[in-house]
Amino acid sequence: MKAISISQKLSIRKFFIKHTKSYNIFVIALLAFCLLFFIALSISIGSSKIALSKTFSVLFRGDEFTKEFQIINYVRIPRTLAAIFAGCALSLSGLMLQTVLNNALAGPSIIGVTSGAGLFTALMTALFPAYLTLMPLAAFVGALTATLLVYFIAKKTGASRITIVLSGAAVSSFIGAFTDTILTIWPDTALSRTGFLIGGLSGVTMDGIKLPGILIFISFIVVFILSYDMNVLSLGDETAKSLGLNVARYRFIFIVLSSLLAGSAISFAGLLGFIGLIVPHAARFIIGYDNRLLVPVTALLGSSFALFCDILARTMFAPYEVPVGIIMSFLGGPFFIYLLLKQRRRLIDD
Amino acid sequence: MIKLQDITAGYKGIEVIKNINISFAKGSITGIIGKNGCGKTTLLKTAAKLLEPISGNISLNGESIYDISHKRLAKEISFLPQIRSTPNIAVYNLVMHGRFPYLGFPRIPQAEDKVIVENALAKLGIVKYRNKNVRELSGGERQKVYLAMVLAQDTNYIFLDEPTTYLDINHQLEILAIIKELKNMGKAVIMVIHDLNSALTYCDKICLIDRGEVIIDGTPKAVYNSREIERVFQVRCEEVSMNGKDQSQYVFSL
Repeated sequence: MKAISISQKLSIRKFFIKHTKSYNIFVIALLAFCLLFFIALSISIGSSKIALSKTFSVLFRGDEFTKEFQIINYVRIPRTLAAIFAGCALSLSGLMLQTVLNNALAGPSIIGVTSGAGLFTALMTALFPAYLTLMPLAAFVGALTATLLVYFIAKKTGASRITIVLSGAAVSSFIGAFTDTILTIWPDTALSRTGFLIGGLSGVTMDGIKLPGILIFISFIVVFILSYDMNVLSLGDETAKSLGLNVARYRFIFIVLSSLLAGSAISFAGLLGFIGLIVPHAARFIIGYDNRLLVPVTALLGSSFALFCDILARTMFAPYEVPVGIIMSFLGGPFFIYLLLKQRRRLIDD
Repeated sequence: MIKLQDITAGYKGIEVIKNINISFAKGSITGIIGKNGCGKTTLLKTAAKLLEPISGNISLNGESIYDISHKRLAKEISFLPQIRSTPNIAVYNLVMHGRFPYLGFPRIPQAEDKVIVENALAKLGIVKYRNKNVRELSGGERQKVYLAMVLAQDTNYIFLDEPTTYLDINHQLEILAIIKELKNMGKAVIMVIHDLNSALTYCDKICLIDRGEVIIDGTPKAVYNSREIERVFQVRCEEVSMNGKDQSQYVFSL
């Protein structure tokens, strides 16, 4: 008996030792389970109460004409998918920017990606409301333009970690001024001003997330395939180059991918940005620095976090709801400070 | 054979090295010496194709290195920079990065790569650190890990930028012994080195640079006899023969 309990203890304990295979599998499985749990929760709760058994019958038997079916199919499922896509996309975008620019401070909102995508989204809704389905592409172009602008300014001035952040701040505030102007001059666009600026998922439709969802899914696969190259890139330019990696080309690919991810998410979720800074750091805290693990963990963690925040945003003040960006900052801010305190200077070091 | 022909290079159009003609042969150690800021590192980076020259050409076995793809060149030439941010990575994984030029998509190391990495770890005596994070190691141990990565890269030409700087004397000698072994394996080692005594005693060829130009390029004996080291560094240099050893050491004074 005793021998069994000791061996059981050992076999359980091995899941808690960092940097072992069992630990990595355990973490990924746990996060996947969390995500599934939040998906179930997100579909079954909301401002109108639907019994769990009813939800089940709607999902698997398809009672098409009931009110519950309408709510679940046209409100909750698109919304759940939107939260998953947005969380995954912005977190991965942040992870790539941090790795590629070798800068712990990089994140979509800091580097100018968010503001660029925001401007183009606002422009689209104000000037070309007929082409709203192309919004993700416009947001992508905006994000890419802003990122490249920030990157080249920083490169021209020496590309130190701090110049990237400074030029990002300058470009962001400049572009933000344009966005504000547009939202002021055309106050009656399809875009809700507060919802867009803070970032929110209310009113997303299946049509609105179809194209961004596909783009995000494809980008995720590509990032996962390139995760080993990301490891090599993070060794520093000279070492990576001498190992045969075409540094300039790969850096460009990663910047394009991160713009595509952030742009797609912003096109339906508004200017959520903070999540892209904090989730990669939290993921590194959990799983370490190997991008082959970091990419799936960041994606799972980002999706779960966004979904969890959205559930709170919908239910805390039901029947009213708050933009999900507010909840993210309420939860994410203190958590990030906790990470900073726990890791002291090492976080900034990287 | 790597051959530099009339190489002029620098940063942002400012020439740091001028009209360099030099070649590096397999099975030898070349030491590049000179004062701070004379262009040693620029020369090294240009030769390793990390820096594009303003004019001139570099050939590897007769073929211009600018016609060779990154990947193929990485199987011929490796480069270890002096200043590098220490990545947050396990020793084994860092050494495995040395195999990167040989990995196809989707970058999964084959059995052969694993054997080569194991041998590199064993050769450098760092098997016991394999699962440790590189950041937890001392400077000397880190240098060994990086050399193991270079060894795993298995190139004929190895460029090292100040491989022994900042290390304690024991690690310095260990690193130099490893470099000598690389030479005995038939590789060409080209290194920038500040310790002139080590340069004169370990290298087969010395290349003395001053203000971006090669002053003299020859055997340690020839360079010592030319007295150019004394002129460039403005020091006095004396050869001291050691009792019981056939090799002499060099002593410097103002």
